[in-house]
Amino acid sequence: MRRPGPALLSWVEPRFFLLLTLSGLFSVVLRPRLLLNQLYSVGVLSFLIIFISGLFVGMVLGLQGYYILSDFGAEETLGLMVAASLVRELGPVVSALLFAGRAGSALTAEIGLMKATEQLSGMEMMAVDPIKRIIAPRLLAGLLSMPLLAGVFSTIGIIGGLLVGSGMLGVDDGAYWAQMQAKLDFYDDIVNGFIKSVVFGFVASWIALFEGYDAIPTSEGVSRATTRTVVNSAFSILGLDFILTALMFGDS
Amino acid sequence: MEQTAPGDNALISVRQLSFSRGNKKIFNNVSLDIERGKITAIMGPSGTGKTTLLKLIAGQLYPDSGVITVDGLNVHQLRRAELYNLRKRMGMLFQSGALLTDMSVYDNVAFPLREHTHLPESMIRTLVLMKLEAVGLRGARHLMPNELSGGMARRIALARAIALDPMMILYDEPFTGQDPISMGVLVHLIKALNSTLGLTSIIVSHDVHETSLIADTIYVISEGRIVDHGTPEAMRQSSSPWIQQFMTGAADGPVPFHYPAKDYLDDLLPTGKRY
Repeated sequence: MRRPGPALLSWVEPRFFLLLTLSGLFSVVLRPRLLLNQLYSVGVLSFLIIFISGLFVGMVLGLQGYYILSDFGAEETLGLMVAASLVRELGPVVSALLFAGRAGSALTAEIGLMKATEQLSGMEMMAVDPIKRIIAPRLLAGLLSMPLLAGVFSTIGIIGGLLVGSGMLGVDDGAYWAQMQAKLDFYDDIVNGFIKSVVFGFVASWIALFEGYDAIPTSEGVSRATTRTVVNSAFSILGLDFILTALMFGDS
Repeated sequence: MEQTAPGDNALISVRQLSFSRGNKKIFNNVSLDIERGKITAIMGPSGTGKTTLLKLIAGQLYPDSGVITVDGLNVHQLRRAELYNLRKRMGMLFQSGALLTDMSVYDNVAFPLREHTHLPESMIRTLVLMKLEAVGLRGARHLMPNELSGGMARRIALARAIALDPMMILYDEPFTGQDPISMGVLVHLIKALNSTLGLTSIIVSHDVHETSLIADTIYVISEGRIVDHGTPEAMRQSSSPWIQQFMTGAADGPVPFHYPAKDYLDDLLPTGKRY
């Protein structure tokens, strides 16, 4: 009488969450409106915090870099130092951490509450697969937003470094740009930084969506899931950053 | 009371259903039939798994053993696509309404139509307004779910449940937490929709009075078994003291007022001493 299949299915679903979500990505492509809405709430709404944080991080890099470089009389390389730290490391990592705090926690809380208020099972009862309708567009939106946000972060940071270096400390702005242009490599630095931001965006969105979908449907369960999202994303981002850095920049 | 052959006119038949959650047996060898075109109520005290029964019928949960067939289809043998096709013909009204909170009332009712049909927007508009008119809330179409009262949310959810013109609706505790007026509205709506749309309705509830007003058949469940079934009148006349207690809401009876505990006097006095 008893089929093993269904019982297995309820065990399998959380474990193959990612595969199910990825298979749902095709249907998102057919419905760009769903994606646009999510790009707005995941990406556009994270823009301000990324912009302001990028500016301050860049300004601090300008200050700290100047104090050290001026000891060696190498103030002219300030532009390179600021840009390299941002593009290679701080841009992808800090913006991913901010992204996990701003967008990831919001995703977890949203999905957890949809589960707690029976919206997900209501959708299932209307024969709409919540993984395709709710989860997949959000994953794709996170995946697309993160590299753009990291790019904004690095760009604004470089401008912040210039404001401090050239505006406050008297570094020649021509040298600031020229050193950057001469020494920063497109493939080694910019492409590798881009790859990092794609990986971090994917991992942060995946963790946030999984924690929301897997949350215990009570207020305490959702609060715990949100905390787990931020903590696990931060650990994963920092750990992966070490691994990726070792692989990418190890032999140069 | 155990039926073996499905009734001729049964839309849903449940046979030898057993389901447990952890170590707790929720259903133990339950069999029942839901007749086409009728309103069938499943009643019982809180925590007897009435909602679980609805989720089993809808294929959201899987039984340990037993068979549930809906319109001739064995729910738990269906493949995913077939199950989803069956669900398009079922509406379910959740206790909370389960409206999508990021959409207006209008978009909520349009949601199943937009997901499952390729109708032009003008026709969707006509259908949505018709469904909203049926529950009397056409004027509330621009509101967001958080602006609705509990009774209104349930009526909107009902409009959404009938959007695809289903053959049956499952109501999960439709009367719980409603003021007398919304309760009356819901009682009227369930009855009216059932007869005008030719639906089959299943109401899971413990509100004896309201349910008795509209149900054609009542099944009373307790401790994983069907205690009795019949028309509301037959239930009220039932000789079983348990049914009597349930139907009249007496505080003490076969279902004791006290949770099982050791002797009261022993509990109050210091251990071993008895004066």
